[in-house]
Amino acid sequence: MAAIDQSKIRNFCIIAHIDHGKSTLADRIIEKTGLLTSREMQAQVLDNMELERERGITIKAQTVRIVYQAKDGEEYIFNLIDTPGHVDFNYEVSRSLAACDGAILVVDAAQGIEAQTLANVYLALDHDLDVLPVINKIDLPSAQPDRVIDEIEDVIGLEAQDAPQISAKTGLNIEEVLEQIVEKIPAPGGNADNPLQALIFDSVYDSYKGVIVFCRLKEGRVKPGTTIRMMATGAMADVVEVGYFGAGQFIPCEELSAGMVGYITASLKNVRDTQVGDTVTDAGRPCKEPLPGYKKVNSMVYCGMYPADGAKYPDLRDALEKLQLNDAALQFEPETSIALGFGFRCGFLGLLHLEIIQERLEREYNLDLVTTAPGVIYKVHKTNGEVIELTNPSNLPDPAEIEYMEEPVVSAEVMVTSEYIGAIMDLCQERRGTYISMEYMEETRALLRYELPLNEIIYDFFDALKSRSRGYASFDYEMKGYARSELVKLDILINKEEVDALSFIVHSGTAYERGRKMCEKLKEEIPRHLFEIPIQAAIGSKVIARETVKAMRKDVLAKCYGGDITRKRKLLEKQKEGKKRMRQIGNVEIPQKAFMSVLKLDDK
Amino acid sequence: MESKHKFRKELELYLHIPFCVRKCNYCDFLSMPAEEEVRRHYVNCLLEEIRQKGGLCREYQVSTVFFGGGTPSLLAGVQIAELMEAIGNSFSVASDAEITIECNPGTLDRQKLLFYKNAGVNRLSIGLQSALDRELQLLGRIHTYGQFLENYDLARKMGFENINVDLISALPGQKTEDWEYTLRKVLELRPEHISAYSLMVEEGTPFYEQYGRDERCREQGGHPCYLPEEETEQEMYRLAGQMMNEKGYRRYEISNYARPGRECRHNIGYWRGISYLGLGIGSASLMERLRFSNIGSMEEYLEHCRGLGKGTLCFGSQSAGEFLGEQSLAGILQNAPELLNAEQVIALDKKQRMEEFMFLGLRMTEGVSRKEFKERFGAELEGVYGTVLQKLCSQGMLEQKEGRISLTEEGIFVSNYILSEFLL
Repeated sequence: MAAIDQSKIRNFCIIAHIDHGKSTLADRIIEKTGLLTSREMQAQVLDNMELERERGITIKAQTVRIVYQAKDGEEYIFNLIDTPGHVDFNYEVSRSLAACDGAILVVDAAQGIEAQTLANVYLALDHDLDVLPVINKIDLPSAQPDRVIDEIEDVIGLEAQDAPQISAKTGLNIEEVLEQIVEKIPAPGGNADNPLQALIFDSVYDSYKGVIVFCRLKEGRVKPGTTIRMMATGAMADVVEVGYFGAGQFIPCEELSAGMVGYITASLKNVRDTQVGDTVTDAGRPCKEPLPGYKKVNSMVYCGMYPADGAKYPDLRDALEKLQLNDAALQFEPETSIALGFGFRCGFLGLLHLEIIQERLEREYNLDLVTTAPGVIYKVHKTNGEVIELTNPSNLPDPAEIEYMEEPVVSAEVMVTSEYIGAIMDLCQERRGTYISMEYMEETRALLRYELPLNEIIYDFFDALKSRSRGYASFDYEMKGYARSELVKLDILINKEEVDALSFIVHSGTAYERGRKMCEKLKEEIPRHLFEIPIQAAIGSKVIARETVKAMRKDVLAKCYGGDITRKRKLLEKQKEGKKRMRQIGNVEIPQKAFMSVLKLDDK
Repeated sequence: MESKHKFRKELELYLHIPFCVRKCNYCDFLSMPAEEEVRRHYVNCLLEEIRQKGGLCREYQVSTVFFGGGTPSLLAGVQIAELMEAIGNSFSVASDAEITIECNPGTLDRQKLLFYKNAGVNRLSIGLQSALDRELQLLGRIHTYGQFLENYDLARKMGFENINVDLISALPGQKTEDWEYTLRKVLELRPEHISAYSLMVEEGTPFYEQYGRDERCREQGGHPCYLPEEETEQEMYRLAGQMMNEKGYRRYEISNYARPGRECRHNIGYWRGISYLGLGIGSASLMERLRFSNIGSMEEYLEHCRGLGKGTLCFGSQSAGEFLGEQSLAGILQNAPELLNAEQVIALDKKQRMEEFMFLGLRMTEGVSRKEFKERFGAELEGVYGTVLQKLCSQGMLEQKEGRISLTEEGIFVSNYILSEFLL
């Protein structure tokens, strides 16, 4: 393959608020450049996980190389890097952006700028990307492109008068987007003769090729046989293959050089060796320093995952190990619970990540899971000076040993139309938010800034936000740090026995409310037994809420069915079947779904 | 009638008469109003079935006969006599056999009772349900309390000295006083036996439409609108036990009370696992460790019977001779159940027989015997059910006395829950 002229390369990504049409535009670009005919196109080529298509979200970064014949008669190579759209994957987004030289900003012509639009634009500007605005969905009756153009200019400060007005759905004005990519997004810099310096923006595990590293070469070149070194993890390996990305396939080539986006396979067994953000260099001729911005991805949200059938524990372990090959952000370690037996404490980037992993375990690995309430990492400062990072509430030391505790706090931005400002402010107050500022973006929309404890938003904040604003609020957040807080462990006692899997950490101010709701919910879930079952919420030895499941008074098959014993047997068997899907805690049988019910304590 | 063989196996006969004047609002038994011609045709089929199956049961001696329904007393007295005659000719019937017929007040008269008496019927089971006419109306019964009284007195005068009265408690809107009234009225009559069931709201009945939701609400521990609260039901049950006890009746099964020696032998047989043969549509049987039931469709039953003469299996085209001598009853049931009009043939394995021994035996006040368990199954009761027994005893649901295990008063109320624990 002939050397590629660096000036004919365009490396870019598409950024947008969720549902503004990012993936549809990507599909249209791929189709227009003739990489695939429309017959071959499956809607949204880049979201290739079944789950991604179903949920309409991008989980893993995807990349495709396209050849475009521009109006100036030249052939250009486009490397389109599709980024995950959800705040859980912010770090991946930022690394993907670092691999680009420009970004297409898609804004919905009817919705205008939303919280994630802003968050993504700021992220792109932070990476010195040239941002090319595109107004999408102009075919909608409610489209107001002029208003949106003004908004982009006023709020973001981007020149938007000649932004292409397109419909990614119908394919209208897509060519204009392609031409502007050539015109407005700069060609990559870097020198192929310098020592190798490449940014890893993703990696996947393939059972045939092993780990496949997705990277952007900033300097130097790499080809099969080169011994490479990951500068942060120190892992070394010999390159087996290099190449670029076709649509849904890997196309090998002779070498990759500065400015190019492509993949490397090497003798690597684990995606953990190739962490997103790390720099790849030539072990024999290393670059002076790694590229900036690498950080280790840490799990933010933890929960216990247990197989519904205890015998499936090894299956769950195998499944988690397999998922981890492709997902360096997934962490897990074995734990045991008195109530649930053997399982794993798992760490995730956020609640969406958790849900995705849970769904993949259930679907792809056919596992029936019991998941405990998700929690964040608390810092427990003990009186002896020791600091514990607490991921499992059961491990909280005795209160007498605790000096104080800290919890993670995020900076949140909520974009909302003015009529719902009050409702959203109330919500943030209830969730222990600290008001920072409010700005009007335009007459009818405002940007609210709050600091919120992470543990207040991991459950149902997003749902509450949507319901209180009738879907008009959008939300984004980033980790800010830790703050000292009055936290307590809330224990749940069923029939006077503490159920470890139901304990959770909560702010002392909301403990009563939470405890009360938990008890009410559990009362609904636990069937009647032969005896009365008290359900109590307690902090330490102090009971703060109580409900009672009344004893079963009558369950008698009084009628005599003559000799029809078969019928009687069927009734008894039905009764017995109901007991099977229960967990036995002391004398009480608790349905598995009760352990999950704590997740759904939504207020309104 | 007397047995020629000395050691015959015990057999109970059940004859299903699926006819009634009209369906009651709570009834989900296989029963329907029918023209006289259909009834006659049905009786003819029953006669055939008796002759055929009698030929296959020569090793058995019949200890009880039970005409159940429906309303067997809707048939003409002569029809019952014919059926009894056929039974006597085809089966070996013990001289002291208990022979019961279910009757509804309003369908009995002197003629009928005379036929019964001469046919050998020695026990009447009268479905009264309540002594209050408004409750009878609510239930959709065809009779008044007054009509019951007339029938009852008549039966007594004609010398029936073993009578059961059926009652139902926990009716919609019923108060404990109402139930007490019914009990008092009936106890004054001093029948030998009283069956007192709590109302079950069964799917597919008019009551289910009306009270199904109410019952589900109660099941979940809520407050029903029409049905009595659980506590009231319990109170009614306790009251029944207490009043009967005072008048010399003993509870021998969850819902059955009798004066000493007057327990219903037929029903006890079901709980004890004695063999029984059901005749007529939808009736259940247990023979040779096989459970099976007759086909439930009237149309099919009548069709199968049509045109077949004596000496053949009446419910198939092949003659009995081809099977008799070559194949046992169990063999026919397992290989060609259609010849016997049987369906859903289930061979009970040891596990199922142990389960049944427990969940049927525990319905009786005397409960189950450890010794008998061991004799039947060659295993210790503790070895099979140790954990369950221990748990339920500690919860006060079961009690152990003199080698027997039985439900406590508390246990009776939640008997379904408890009995289901004995499924292995």
